[in-house]
Amino acid sequence: MAEALARISQVQDWGMIQIRADLERAGDAIAGAAGLTVPGRGRVTSDGSRKLGWMSPDELLLVLPLSEMAGTLTALRDALSTEHALVLDVSDMRAVFRIHGARARQVLMKLCPTDLSSMPEDGLRRTRAAQVACGIWREPEGYVLIGFRSVADYLRNLLTTAAAPGTQLDPR
Amino acid sequence: MLILTCPYCGISAEETELQPGGEAHLKRVGPGSSDTEFESYLFARKNPKGVHFERWRHAYGCGKWFLAARDTATLQVFGTYSAQTPHPTDEIVAAIRVHRPDWQPDWDSAPAAASSASNPAAISGETSAESPKA
Amino acid sequence: MTETGPFRLPRGGRLIDRAYPLPFRFDGRQMRGVAGDTIASALLANGQLMMGRSFKYHRPRGPIASGVEEPNALLGLGQAGRFEPNQRATTTPLIGGMVTTSQNCWPSLNADIGAVNNWLYRFFPAGFYYKTFIHPRAFWKHVFEPVIRRSAGLGKAPTEADPDKYEQAYAHVDVVVVGGGIAGLAAARDAAREGKSVWLVEQTPHFGGRTPTDHADGQSHVDALVAELQGMQNVTLRRSTQATGLYDHGYLLARESLADHDPNAGIPRQRLWRIRAGHVIVATGALERPLSFAGNDVPGVMLASAVRDYINDYGVAPGRRIVVVANNDDAYRTALVALEAGLEVPAVIDARNSVEGALPAAVRARGVRVLTGSAIAGIKGGHSVEAVKICAHSGSGDVTETVDADCVAMSGGWSPVVHLWSHCGGKLNWDDAQAMFAPDPNRPPTGADGKAMASCAGAAAGDLLVAGLTGAQAEAAIMPVWVMPQQATRKMKFKMWLDFQNDVKVSDVELAAQEGYHSVEHTKRYTTLGMATDQGKVSNINGLAVLSNALNQPIPATGTTTFRPPYTPLTLGTIAAEARGELFQPLRKTPMHGWHEARSAFFEPVGHWRRPYCYPKAGESHADAVAREVRAVRASVGTLDASTLGKIIVKGPDAGKFLDMIYTGMMSTLPVGKCRYGLICNENGFLIDDGVAARLSEDTWLVHTTTGGAERIHGHMEDWLQCEWWDWKVWTANVTEQWAQIAVVGPKARVLLERLGGMDLSAEALPFMGWAEGEIAGIPARVYRISFSGELSFEVAVPANRGLELWEKLHEAGKDLSVTPYGTEAMHIMRAEKGFIMIGDETDGTVIPQDLGLGWAVSKKKADFIGKRAQERSHMTDPERWKLVGLESVDGRVLPDGVYAVDEGVNANGQRKTQGRVTSTYMSPTLNRPIAMGLVRHGPDRMGEVLEFPVAGQESYKARIVDPVFYDKEGSRANG
Ligand SMILES: [Zn+2]
Repeated sequence: MAEALARISQVQDWGMIQIRADLERAGDAIAGAAGLTVPGRGRVTSDGSRKLGWMSPDELLLVLPLSEMAGTLTALRDALSTEHALVLDVSDMRAVFRIHGARARQVLMKLCPTDLSSMPEDGLRRTRAAQVACGIWREPEGYVLIGFRSVADYLRNLLTTAAAPGTQLDPR
Repeated sequence: MLILTCPYCGISAEETELQPGGEAHLKRVGPGSSDTEFESYLFARKNPKGVHFERWRHAYGCGKWFLAARDTATLQVFGTYSAQTPHPTDEIVAAIRVHRPDWQPDWDSAPAAASSASNPAAISGETSAESPKA
Repeated sequence: MTETGPFRLPRGGRLIDRAYPLPFRFDGRQMRGVAGDTIASALLANGQLMMGRSFKYHRPRGPIASGVEEPNALLGLGQAGRFEPNQRATTTPLIGGMVTTSQNCWPSLNADIGAVNNWLYRFFPAGFYYKTFIHPRAFWKHVFEPVIRRSAGLGKAPTEADPDKYEQAYAHVDVVVVGGGIAGLAAARDAAREGKSVWLVEQTPHFGGRTPTDHADGQSHVDALVAELQGMQNVTLRRSTQATGLYDHGYLLARESLADHDPNAGIPRQRLWRIRAGHVIVATGALERPLSFAGNDVPGVMLASAVRDYINDYGVAPGRRIVVVANNDDAYRTALVALEAGLEVPAVIDARNSVEGALPAAVRARGVRVLTGSAIAGIKGGHSVEAVKICAHSGSGDVTETVDADCVAMSGGWSPVVHLWSHCGGKLNWDDAQAMFAPDPNRPPTGADGKAMASCAGAAAGDLLVAGLTGAQAEAAIMPVWVMPQQATRKMKFKMWLDFQNDVKVSDVELAAQEGYHSVEHTKRYTTLGMATDQGKVSNINGLAVLSNALNQPIPATGTTTFRPPYTPLTLGTIAAEARGELFQPLRKTPMHGWHEARSAFFEPVGHWRRPYCYPKAGESHADAVAREVRAVRASVGTLDASTLGKIIVKGPDAGKFLDMIYTGMMSTLPVGKCRYGLICNENGFLIDDGVAARLSEDTWLVHTTTGGAERIHGHMEDWLQCEWWDWKVWTANVTEQWAQIAVVGPKARVLLERLGGMDLSAEALPFMGWAEGEIAGIPARVYRISFSGELSFEVAVPANRGLELWEKLHEAGKDLSVTPYGTEAMHIMRAEKGFIMIGDETDGTVIPQDLGLGWAVSKKKADFIGKRAQERSHMTDPERWKLVGLESVDGRVLPDGVYAVDEGVNANGQRKTQGRVTSTYMSPTLNRPIAMGLVRHGPDRMGEVLEFPVAGQESYKARIVDPVFYDKEGSRANG
């Protein structure tokens, strides 16, 4: 049997914080509390264990180890206490998958109407995977896909099906 | 199937990532308006063959509403722009005129004040696409 | 006789491999082909010329083509779930062990009873269906309909699920070249040299198109180009990939065949590519046209190009004595190929008076008679060609000579394949010299930037010879021939087929013109010309030329019908792709879903969510389970998984002002720590959602929506915030899935929760319509004292990852209280017992809050809210509006859902007038009697009146108008 196009695995130990604010005004405060520089449009900044992703002109997503959640939530809320801002723990409402392997991109090409080849190394793309919303960024071994918790089973099944052995998109 | 560039994230999104919202630049009228004014706001819609301004939401994306200037017959897109503008911008008008020299704006060409209260409004309850916005 | 059939030539066949014989079955008979065969070539090799019958007259039919344009040779392929009707024998690769069956015939291909239609052709003229609908009704019912029903439909539908897999994939490419013939290969190379990303898709498994067969050294030219392209990093070559349609903004669909040849490979059978092309180069070649002479549909009459393809590509003789009939030089290639293969060519019949080109000269040099100014007057033979009757082309068909033959190779000239060009608006010009429609490069289909999104190359562009690449020598001019001979009699025209699959003849199109069908689009529909599964690939141009002649107007004045995708049919499998079975649609699951499943919950869909409807015990009916759950909650305590309820955070200095616009009631005055029920309307004034909002802090509210309303209401809020009140400082966030929410309901609810330990849930600390934050069983929780059942009720929200833990602890701790999980139906019944409305039951998009007795939740003080102005419109304030009441069954029967109450008199359509309808109806387990709610014309003013609800086939239901609150009118239970 041929090999799967990529290894699909679910990540369970990431915390996520949604930040809504005027990024121009509050950028420095956010950067200070998050420990990462504020990413440009459509990008992600990272320090290895944390990531800060641009979600919209007034929304960032901070991804961090679960153990650092409580402290960082407090730090962000304190830093933004004088701003019109929203800081929310959204860790539980997400499902996160890693798509790792040489043909990881092909798996996503079957599901997302997105030009993945034009996505920069530090890009973050919100799109859809088949019938559900998702966000995508890169890792050295492939991609990370985040979606909603309630459709975790759907996403896992979708990704596994798209990665089925023998279904590579290479010309025959 | 259309491709429109979201002015907020700069992404070329295809139609399946977008949610349509009908005619742009409607002026909301509320209590105190006459029946005729209210009927016009609630129900009367343009249906031009040619240049049209419409609302789209980057639903499977940043979640922002934006506006598009488009030819309804050829599907040429003259440009997309912020939803927070009471009239198409000067840049959009210029872009249309390049391709449609005879086209005339049908709004008062008084300078568009950013603080004007007239702006696109929604006929609600039609939104159904899931947004990844959380 | 060769091993693979009597008509397999001893040598030749560039696409087959004689070393690999493949057995297959056709209509139960065992046959043999070889690797590389199509089904058509294999059948021809076995001497099976007849492959089906036509749709209308059940005429015997053989293939006329060798490719996608084939109208006749459609077969049923495979068995059981893999059975597929209407598969083109000319393009389907032969698989060893394949089972194939002919269509449109009964009891057999050779002795078909429906062929009687053939003798009734005078009764089935153009527009038969339309005329017969008008004509005597009795005749239609007893004569025509039974005949039509028996012959309706082409092929048979499969009866089992398709076992194969399909998938889709997206591609974003600078330039897509469609067609891997010599012109497409060269166009791909040129685009690639400019550094663009290039895809080349070719519908067959082979590159080169007609060039290897039609031009000297053609194969080597093709091989050189393919080799060059294979060496370019920015080029992707895909064979067996059929571009089927070009749509707006460069959206191109293409189907790639992956395992059509090997259903057991375990990989998807086909893949649908959804390509975004910066530019599409249409290099789809040209298709040969038949000639319209009497008997042109007899098996053995084929396109000249197809005859040489079968000989050259597959080493198969379509016949032993081949007569060529043409109006152009190109067809002489067929004569040369046939002679080269050792077959006889007794004559070439050419409609032109002067035939002096190089190709005819080469044919004459081989000693073949070339009959100029000649035509075919008729074909002798029914199931196959026996002889060809020859006449002068200028005459009316007087036979001058009869030549024995078993095959006729016809050519009426070529038509560029302009489908993709035309799908999205590319325009055509009539080219008089070549007698064809060709793309007008000045009127291309345009894309998002207003510029051309496609261009054409090679034969598709009208350059039939592609001499610049093939080195072909110029050929003499074609002579347009639309009817052969020119003065053909009416009787002959009855035997001249235009559309072979739908049985449309020259006589039909002329009749349509005579009856006033002057538009080509109307004629198409009236005659069904070009409406068969081949989409008129070989019939369109001939048909509109015949129409033009009948109307005495030039062909461009008639124009073409609209070219619509798909170019060739797409399987439904590729369109559905992965979205079948488990992946048909995303099912949303709550954190406790697995627990419900393990308790054999019966689920119901609510949007994409699956919610337990009830939890039936072994042997228990759903109705019994629901009744048990209701009683358990009212008697002790139950739990409801309410995680699906929408939860939206609204925060900011202007949040209160904003919510006052969103809700009909006042939310800005809600104290921190309190909850308030609210209604949300749209700008039309109609109620779209309801729920409880809680004020979390000075500037933050949590808005609960209905299960189906979370995304919709969040979108509604964002719409108004972004597009109307963009200067208001408000953030919203849909946090529905961050929380698991459990409703703990019933007189023992507090007892149960207190057993888990943690926060103070006493009536003093947490009164009705309050909320509090703390811990329960060590889990951080927010508890809302709200009730949808009328009972003492706590809605407990905990982080989603801990929802199952709390749920299980509740059930562990409440065993002695008989804590009962309850589903949505018990919830529905309990709210109906209390007279609470349900969005979607009591509302249908035309109901305003005032209709539902909810005027108390509509602020009179506020200057504005969404829907306020609309609710002031005269129709909304009409006292005659249908309004909510309770309905009490008079005879003890449960009212059917949705039934209408009748009024006296009839409306303008003669229908009984109505005055109300049932919106919710149940057997109440609490009251042991039926309860119902409904909307009735000024119903609240009519308490005690009895309404009649007729139901077909039953005695009318009768119900008395009563107060909608059936249980605990004082509301004391929830306040406990
Ligand atoms: Zn966007």
